[in-house]
Amino acid sequence: MILDIAKEKISSGKRLERDEILALYEDNDLLYLAESARRVKEIHSGKKIFYTVNHHINLTNVCKANCPLCAYQCQSGDNRAFTLELAEVEKVVRSQGSGIREIHIVSSIHPDKTFDYYLDAVKLVKKILPHVGINAFTPVEIVNFAKISGKNFSEVLSKLIQAGVTSLAGGGAEILSDRVREIICPKKCSASEWLEVMRTAHKLGLKSNASMMYGHIETIGERITHLLKLRDLQDETGGFMAMMLFPFHPANTELGKKFNLRRVGSWEDLKMLALSRLVLDNFKHFKAFWIMLTLPIAQLALNFGADDLDGTIGEEKIIHAAGAKSSAGISREALEKIISETGYQPVERDSFYNEI
Amino acid sequence: MFVRGELEKIERKILNSERLSREDGEFLFACNELSWLGALADYVRKKVSGDIVYYNVNCHVNLTNICAARCKFCAFGRDKDDKGSYAMTIDDAIKLVTEASRDPHLSGLHIVSGLHPTWTFEKYLSFVEVLHEKFPTLHIKGFTGVEIQHFANISGLSVEEILIRLKAAGLQAIAGGGAEILTDRVRNLLCPKKCSADEWLNVARTAHKLGIKTNASMLYGHIETLSERVEHLIRLRELQDETGGFQTFICFPFLPKNTALEKNIRQTSMWDDLKTMAISRLMLDNFQNIKAYWVMLTVPVAQVALSFGANDIDGTIHRENILHEAGATSPRSLAEDEIIKIIREAGRIPAAVDCNFNVRRIIK
Repeated sequence: MILDIAKEKISSGKRLERDEILALYEDNDLLYLAESARRVKEIHSGKKIFYTVNHHINLTNVCKANCPLCAYQCQSGDNRAFTLELAEVEKVVRSQGSGIREIHIVSSIHPDKTFDYYLDAVKLVKKILPHVGINAFTPVEIVNFAKISGKNFSEVLSKLIQAGVTSLAGGGAEILSDRVREIICPKKCSASEWLEVMRTAHKLGLKSNASMMYGHIETIGERITHLLKLRDLQDETGGFMAMMLFPFHPANTELGKKFNLRRVGSWEDLKMLALSRLVLDNFKHFKAFWIMLTLPIAQLALNFGADDLDGTIGEEKIIHAAGAKSSAGISREALEKIISETGYQPVERDSFYNEI
Repeated sequence: MFVRGELEKIERKILNSERLSREDGEFLFACNELSWLGALADYVRKKVSGDIVYYNVNCHVNLTNICAARCKFCAFGRDKDDKGSYAMTIDDAIKLVTEASRDPHLSGLHIVSGLHPTWTFEKYLSFVEVLHEKFPTLHIKGFTGVEIQHFANISGLSVEEILIRLKAAGLQAIAGGGAEILTDRVRNLLCPKKCSADEWLNVARTAHKLGIKTNASMLYGHIETLSERVEHLIRLRELQDETGGFQTFICFPFLPKNTALEKNIRQTSMWDDLKTMAISRLMLDNFQNIKAYWVMLTVPVAQVALSFGANDIDGTIHRENILHEAGATSPRSLAEDEIIKIIREAGRIPAAVDCNFNVRRIIK
């Protein structure tokens, strides 16, 4: 039985292969996956659960990619459209409290803004908050920067590092399959481009996160392929810090409407988290991104392999545009309480998982 | 199943189908091994109730929110002159049920209400009579132990006589609410005008002897101690040993918003909710069904609760009133296809039941 082999491998800490992963998925034994993933988590990070004090800045929502999966982007002229001027960025950055550890910047693919606009935004953050981590831009944005500036990935990334970016954001991976991308985000970078940006960044010493967006039109096989691609690249570079799982929120999206999609349940969310933790044996950290999961399910995720509740976040706009019901920010005290209730120990971290 | 040092003893008891003691129950509440607890509860659930998850297509009918008891944990009850107070007429009730009956799958009504200070028992009874006559195919589950005891108090009839008359009028089951925590210390502090713990149990016992099935519940997460939760579960278990008349057990996490306790008590965490669910399944070894009431737990937590001992997810409800007054964030009703999707994603088989758990349809 493949399932028995899979379980045997899990208990002896051996690497899972495709058919074994599929067998575990189909077995659907939620608490077995939870208990196994939690043990793996404890090997990596013991009783610690990380969080950080961070702030999200979305520079613009004007976008030329028009991905069917997205509820955030719009055309310029739309009454929801906004693009921050540098003075506005400065205001947001200066309003941060002294406890801030990380600024997270991700945005849409603006049709007119030049690479310098983004570089200047980073330089500004760096100037005002020189000791704060800047986790910025997904590979989708990096590919766009390369296109609009005529530079290659390596040159773009080097410029960003010089400007102050300390790590790359993990978004935009969606499902790393060109069949899926053709339907959900045809104008975004290809699967191999996404991976190539990450490979290049890691080689330049720039760490990054990774992600998967599931629960739309992908097959289970494609989810597994996605995880295996990430695992292979991590074997090669070791540059991924944390993995995040994004359940697809269909409200207000073209994709949701076209395929009549419903948000997958919390069961699927927790199952994918635990299973991914077991598959990605070379990833140290897994985020339970409470903005997407809601706080109660994010708390429960700490029992399913997650070791990081991400952060206080401030003003989240992208996922709330797709109908997320969580609040847009949370206090440090509230995060610590949620963690302590589970019997784990809250640990504040910086951008690189150093304890504070 | 994972074995962990000092928990081995309890695990062995469960695998050998031995009853857990009060001390075991208290130990489980004190431990923080959530997935271990869940796995044990899931093991017992599978053995006791298999892979079917029950739900019903139902309609809640709350006849009035005017209430003489005014319990501290309640955001629904009103005085007669308060803003938002209401009392349905029989025509109002018929209209509501007629509307809900547009769903051809509607199988039952759930009638619970305030203890109206001037309504007579006959008034409450007439709702059952008329609704039963107008909608003879709908099952009527109505009134909690608190209401039944109230009817006895205001009519001078015994609990037994009240139940006989309700049954004759068409009532087919008694609702599980009003148990709160079955200790008089807690009841005196929170709901001094409600029936006592013994009275609540006596209504259930009397109903069971008359062949009327009832449900049971626990309202937790307010001022009770963890030992009192265990005491509560043990009292239900003892009565179930005696009569076998409880159909399902419902965990109600207390929702503090808009209640007199709002300032002092924080809502339970989902962690506590799932622990309490699993421990209830383990302690209540003589209950067939454990309900994950999605209105209070929220749909995502109720779905996960299916792997923490639950095999019943309540119903479509049509329009929930009582807990939405207390800030429930879940929707007021759920579409049947949404319930089916939730159950299926958990790898289980949905079955629509009436209020006495007769299976109407198994959704293959």
